[in-house]
Amino acid sequence: MKFTVMINEGPYQHQSSDSALQFCRAVLAEGHDIFRVFFYNDGVNNGTRLSVPPKDDRQLQKEWSQLAKDHSLDMVICIAAAQRRGLMDASEAERQGLDANNIIDGFHISGLGQLIEGSIQSDRTVIFGD
Amino acid sequence: MATKKFMYVNRKAPYGTVYALEALEVVLIAAAFEQDISLAFIDDGVYQITKEQSTDGIGMKNFSATYKALGDYDINKIYVEKESLDDRGLTADDLMPLVWEDEDDDWAEKPSIKIVSREEMAAVLAAQDVHYSF
Repeated sequence: MKFTVMINEGPYQHQSSDSALQFCRAVLAEGHDIFRVFFYNDGVNNGTRLSVPPKDDRQLQKEWSQLAKDHSLDMVICIAAAQRRGLMDASEAERQGLDANNIIDGFHISGLGQLIEGSIQSDRTVIFGD
Repeated sequence: MATKKFMYVNRKAPYGTVYALEALEVVLIAAAFEQDISLAFIDDGVYQITKEQSTDGIGMKNFSATYKALGDYDINKIYVEKESLDDRGLTADDLMPLVWEDEDDDWAEKPSIKIVSREEMAAVLAAQDVHYSF
């Protein structure tokens, strides 16, 4: 079965990022496909590479990044939500005239259309939020 | 592209958190994909479409007028749960008159809002292919 997964809450603030990560691993372990993972609302904060959680805690952003690498996942951060919250890739930072970018490997920034297309193309859309 | 039934479930008050505003942004983008779109308003979500909203004094953008434009995007299936209205002392008269123009009926303006019971809402939700919950 083909899944699109949407994450709408921020890492560490809310457990939905953890649940979504575990869900994605379980989906892949069972041999299903993940068409797209879409990060919206404060969920976009899963894509920063500047997070430094305590060493004995889980490393959510790095774990997403590794999962994307291991399974060639398409992980999209919503551009409108990202701009509000200061999540920038290199090209967007340059376009906005900003002096830094902060996206971790495995994520890319794109539009809400990616979410709709994901739901059209997938058998199931699963939302993790409050 | 295939057509699916998309349901946007709005559960939160319009101000206080960003959920209502960012849900509306998804709906407006979705309108371009020619899918079968419905909206549901339940719990505090019913406040999103109350009329005469004012954000004077709280520094938030009043985006309530955007709901009135939904009819122009052919989004005209708006379900509001009666129990949620009742619990909050609201009636249909407290809601914005959201309408759409029926091009097959001499462009007559028709109401988009349908007030349904919790039981009817469950049936509407069960009939959808995709649910986005905000």
